Amino acid sequence: MTEQKQPLLRARGVRKHFGNLQVLNGIDLDVYPSEVVVLLGPSGSGKSTFLRCVNHLEELDGGSITVDGELVGYTRRGGRVHELSDRAIAVQRRSIGMVFQQFNLFPHLTVLRNITESPIGVLGEPRARAVEHARELLARVGLADKADAYPRQLSGGQQQRVAIARALAMRPKLMLFDEPTSALDPELVGEVLATMRGLAADGLTMIVVTHEIGFAREAADRVVFMEGGVIVEQGTAREVLETPRNPRTRAFLSRFLDD
Amino acid sequence: MSTMTALTDRTATAGEPPVDVADAVPRRHPWRWVSAAVVLVLAAQLAHLLVTNPRFQWRVVLRYFNAESVVRGMGTTLLLTVIAMAVGIVLGVLLAVGRLSRNPLIRSLSGLYVWFFRGTPALVQLIFWYNLSQLVTRLSLGIPFGPSFISADTNTLITPMLAAILGLGLNEAAYMAEIIRGGLLSVEQGQVEAAQALGMTRLRTLRRIVLPQAMRFIVPPTGSQVINMVKATSLVSVIAMADMLYTVQAIYNRTFQTIPLLIVACIWYLIITSILYVGQSFIERRYSRGATRQAPRSFLDFLKIRRTPPPVVDRTEHTA
Ligand SMILES: Nc1ncnc2c1ncn2[C@@H]1O[C@H](COP(=O)(O)OP(=O)(O)OP(=O)(O)O)[C@@H](O)[C@H]1O
Ligand SMILES: [Mg+2]
Repeated sequence: MTEQKQPLLRARGVRKHFGNLQVLNGIDLDVYPSEVVVLLGPSGSGKSTFLRCVNHLEELDGGSITVDGELVGYTRRGGRVHELSDRAIAVQRRSIGMVFQQFNLFPHLTVLRNITESPIGVLGEPRARAVEHARELLARVGLADKADAYPRQLSGGQQQRVAIARALAMRPKLMLFDEPTSALDPELVGEVLATMRGLAADGLTMIVVTHEIGFAREAADRVVFMEGGVIVEQGTAREVLETPRNPRTRAFLSRFLDD
Repeated sequence: MSTMTALTDRTATAGEPPVDVADAVPRRHPWRWVSAAVVLVLAAQLAHLLVTNPRFQWRVVLRYFNAESVVRGMGTTLLLTVIAMAVGIVLGVLLAVGRLSRNPLIRSLSGLYVWFFRGTPALVQLIFWYNLSQLVTRLSLGIPFGPSFISADTNTLITPMLAAILGLGLNEAAYMAEIIRGGLLSVEQGQVEAAQALGMTRLRTLRRIVLPQAMRFIVPPTGSQVINMVKATSLVSVIAMADMLYTVQAIYNRTFQTIPLLIVACIWYLIITSILYVGQSFIERRYSRGATRQAPRSFLDFLKIRRTPPPVVDRTEHTA
């Protein structure tokens, strides 16, 4: 059913290196609207780097990434590709939300101001509307009563849910999650994953880097396994997690299935 | 769980009631009393000296304390401090951002500025600006190597006030640039990335996210700079500007009451710096919002010297 639609994200031959290290070595990936894609892979396989390329926090060395038909970070003009200005890239990023491992909430702003800062300042939404939307989102992540707290007064799980609400406030077409639960104590992981499952059920398009195999099994439409800067295997959660064909996928998963 | 029960059991078998530290005897501090006594004796001696030694000439101090020329001198000192600091801070922000810029030309020009203005004495810079006319006799605004629109004689353009502002302000900018750069660098890179991921431009990220957080690190050293500047303005007495120090010097050169007049100046400087110190505490409080888990303290809490109990932070969990 998804196959007839245009992909929301289209990555083609994405390459990226740091110094001598080739971190991404030709990534091809399509993500369709409302799809939840979980990116798995060992440490250092380039998962974070790929996500950061999608919203141009990292510049690509080669290949291309298109989101909703628009080339990220570049534009086609007169038969050639030109680098976009900082301002134009900032405009592109409005429609791509990102949630970080370390939350990265703004500590000098209250929870509410964290969420409304960009809708008001960047999108020019009227304050009253932005505040109303922010309160709706806070209720959705279960933190309606924390609007006036400062981030450092919240637990890690609460902070991460605020970070999710903050990203959603921009009404993104695509959400990127980079190990959103890795910095959390085990008992706080559940509340964040529950929030994310809710978003998936609402039809948000998501790319999620995580080591939570349980989340992948339940919420992912597709699981992609990366290693050494390439996609080694991909398929439905059942295919990749239950009957992996590639020996490296099998070796990686065996570490999780032991417990 | 099992360790908890074990512990409770052991206390219970010992047959003692459970301990409640709420009514514990507070720790004694005998050395605090001893040192307080020593300080008290020294203070009494100092007070005795100040009152009984006639050479302090307190009556002279009192007479000149609010003499019109002295107050006017203080006004000049304050005006100069405010303007020179304003120049220093505005230019300092530009230089700091310049030094962190991705543009290599801007980066090295800003570095060069800081290197030069920090590397030469403020006094020399002051005298240099004052004597600029010896170097260039006319200053003009126009097209480089082409016609000029306005031009003026350097000597009439560079008044002692302008020389003082240039000398102190441009020197201050170099120091402020480093203080501000240090503040900007102390803000985590993750903050910038989060702001950019939310579609903020570089300028907006700097203004709304990085700078407000950097303020916490910028304000305390800037406070020192302001207080330094109040005193550094006394350098302008070399270019015959009637600031505080110049004014009292003019008086004691006439009356030979050197010590009492210097005391007048010192008291004035102390009053100004004390006010600035209190002002700094308020600014610091404003920029420490959200920096700790503690709720921000109010103005009233600040005035209370006695120990206030730590504010209770609501840590109740609310799970979706
Ligand atoms: N800015 C950088 N400069 C130099 N090397 C980098 C940089 N960012 C990432 N790397 C390197 O690139 C490789 C891939 O990093 P990346 O963060 O994408 O891995 P990852 O798959 O997300 O791993 P993890 O599961 O540990 O988060 C790593 O070896 C890392 O050290
Ligand atoms: Mg990573």
